[in-house]
Amino acid sequence: MSPDSVSFIFLNAFLINNFVLAMFLGLCPFLGVSGKLNTAWSMGLATSFVMLISSLSAFFINELLVYFQIEFLRLICYIAVIASAVQLVEMTMKKFSPTLFRALGIFLPLITTNCAILGLALFQTFKEYDFAQSLAYSTGAGAGFILAIVLMAGLREKLELADLPNTSKGAAISLMLAGILSLIFMGFAGLGS
Amino acid sequence: MPIIEDHTITADTFLSGIWKENPVFVMLLGMCPVLAVTNSVINALAMGLATTFVLLCSSTLVSLLRNFIPKEVRIATYIVIIATFVTITDYVIQAISLELYNALGAFIQLIVANCMILGRAEAYASKNRLLKTLTNSLGMGIGFTIALLSLGIVRELLGNGSLLGFSMFGEAFQPWVVMILPPGGFIVLGAWLLLFNWIKERNAALTLANERGTS
Repeated sequence: MSPDSVSFIFLNAFLINNFVLAMFLGLCPFLGVSGKLNTAWSMGLATSFVMLISSLSAFFINELLVYFQIEFLRLICYIAVIASAVQLVEMTMKKFSPTLFRALGIFLPLITTNCAILGLALFQTFKEYDFAQSLAYSTGAGAGFILAIVLMAGLREKLELADLPNTSKGAAISLMLAGILSLIFMGFAGLGS
Repeated sequence: MPIIEDHTITADTFLSGIWKENPVFVMLLGMCPVLAVTNSVINALAMGLATTFVLLCSSTLVSLLRNFIPKEVRIATYIVIIATFVTITDYVIQAISLELYNALGAFIQLIVANCMILGRAEAYASKNRLLKTLTNSLGMGIGFTIALLSLGIVRELLGNGSLLGFSMFGEAFQPWVVMILPPGGFIVLGAWLLLFNWIKERNAALTLANERGTS
């Protein structure tokens, strides 16, 4: 597979360079909302939806910025687009699923400061992807985020029943788990080459 | 309704960011740069200083404008203020050292999405006077830099056998490559948290034993 093909870009963002476990993006929701399997699942869906919207808008905005030669405004434009996309998701969710809205709580508006989304928009600009490639990159990254957060939630649900020493309860053991997951994902490194 | 403000600046205003409310080890905020750029000491230091600069500037502006920003659009305003200073930092680092700029990559621009800075603006700068905000932000920035360094030192020492690029263990040392790679970041931070939990637990046990001894 050539590194520029759409299928390789998808696979790369999904497994090989997983956004959470290999590039350390989006760790706040990854550690914060991964306590229960179904909230993790819906958080993953909401995040990847925002990823898709903001990646597509970022693509067109970048075209405009380059056309007018005002690239220094890129960061501000991107973050404004992401904030509006998050607001949209929040309003939709409040209307159609108030239970879910309450379950996600503070982490829903915090998607704005999720570096995975801004990172996605920035990386696709740096790598100069065209429209199809951007689409593949953002769906891959979204799927990768869902995979990572659901895996982590499954592990942490099992961990509830485990007999842990008091010292290692909470964030410390979650980080160790994330480290082991990340080691496993390194096994995908040679894939597709 | 007038907001009652407490203007007294105590040592705690400054010190809370370094130890008691350390953004990384206690509050677990801004984790992405903490793990992503700490594979060497110099990267960790640069990232810490850049974040401190953005934090100081943005909380100064937020604190000065706190009575003028409408409550409904405050988060958006804070984000735009932070993004402005991050853009400045981005161009300054690019001008000073292109090598460093390439090593840190997109993570300089990702300072915008660092929840610690937005959290400080929302929870502290929007409620306090300039001087107090500055003191607190400086403490938080230093606390963040210390946390980055404590990860960077361990990871570079074990993963590369060097410190700031100087070899520490001589030729025979077999570097633990995994420490520089992504899993190392998670594991080292987890180990630091374990250590702090252990110290906290031991201190609690000691105070309890002392109380029993005196009564």
